[in-house]
Amino acid sequence: MTKRFLVLIAGLGLLLPILASTPALAVNPDEMLSNPVLEKRARDISQELRCLVCQNQSIDDSDAELARDLRILVRERLIAGDDNEEVIEYIVARYGDYVLLNPPLKPETYILWASPAVLAILALLAVFAFYRRKQREATGTTASLSRDEQERLDEILGTPKDNGQS
Amino acid sequence: MRFSLAVIPLVLFAALAGVFLLNIDKDSSVVPSVLIDKPTPEFSLPPLPGRENGLSRADLIKGEVSVLNVFASWCIPCRAEHPMIKRLSKEAGVAVFGLNYKEKDPQDGVKWLAELGDPYKAVGMDLSGRTGIDFGVYGVPETFIIDGNGQIRYKHVGPVTADVLKTVLLPKIAELKG
Repeated sequence: MTKRFLVLIAGLGLLLPILASTPALAVNPDEMLSNPVLEKRARDISQELRCLVCQNQSIDDSDAELARDLRILVRERLIAGDDNEEVIEYIVARYGDYVLLNPPLKPETYILWASPAVLAILALLAVFAFYRRKQREATGTTASLSRDEQERLDEILGTPKDNGQS
Repeated sequence: MRFSLAVIPLVLFAALAGVFLLNIDKDSSVVPSVLIDKPTPEFSLPPLPGRENGLSRADLIKGEVSVLNVFASWCIPCRAEHPMIKRLSKEAGVAVFGLNYKEKDPQDGVKWLAELGDPYKAVGMDLSGRTGIDFGVYGVPETFIIDGNGQIRYKHVGPVTADVLKTVLLPKIAELKG
């Protein structure tokens, strides 16, 4: 009984750090705005912007110094009265479309945006063609046996000769 | 029909291999600057402590080709490239300006230049990093080539090596000087 209890306690003790841990936040409390609406907008914008130092994190996730500077800049623009679009344009004007984690739809990116749909259509066509051909084979449009082959088949199967051709 | 279908994967593979081959030498961490062929941003930076002249946009639009090198004392590659920046300022025949990016202590940049030598015609101190952001700086060192009209014409990200100096920067500067 006591042994089992001890094992339970030990198990819980091991689990505790995992349960108690929360994901680390890159956004420091001193960066946050007191206005919750603006802060929420800042967070939304930050999640859309790539950190150029680490490249696969948003500036909201990144601990890089530049990400911190950009988070602060985003908040300053919001306080200055920019709408979300204007803040993003401000950053894009300096760092290019590459800072956007969602690539914008424009002539340079048409191929990028269209390729999944094009590939899906091609795949559907391929599947369609495959089944069409299978069906055609099943309904007997494929080349039939030659007379000699049919005779040999009849011979093997022992079918009477007169109604050989199907 | 059957033959042509069988060839598709081979063609796709060849195409993909071709794309990879063309990109094998490219450094994917280098992001092309949107500021190329755009005017240099408006800025005005204070001098390093104990110096007279800071750096502002006016220094870059004097009708001569110039170079702006972004450096910091905490940046190890900056230390590595510094001899090349010195060579650049000697060999290129253009003004080389320094942007001292985000020092923790204003004196750090002064000490660094005292130790390694100062090839810059003027240095602006960007403690907040805001001018850096206006220039689209994301990793020091960065080196901009600016034409006589104050347009940014080229940006090199990362340390300038002897090879970059010889094959990229010097020819580019010579071309702009005409």
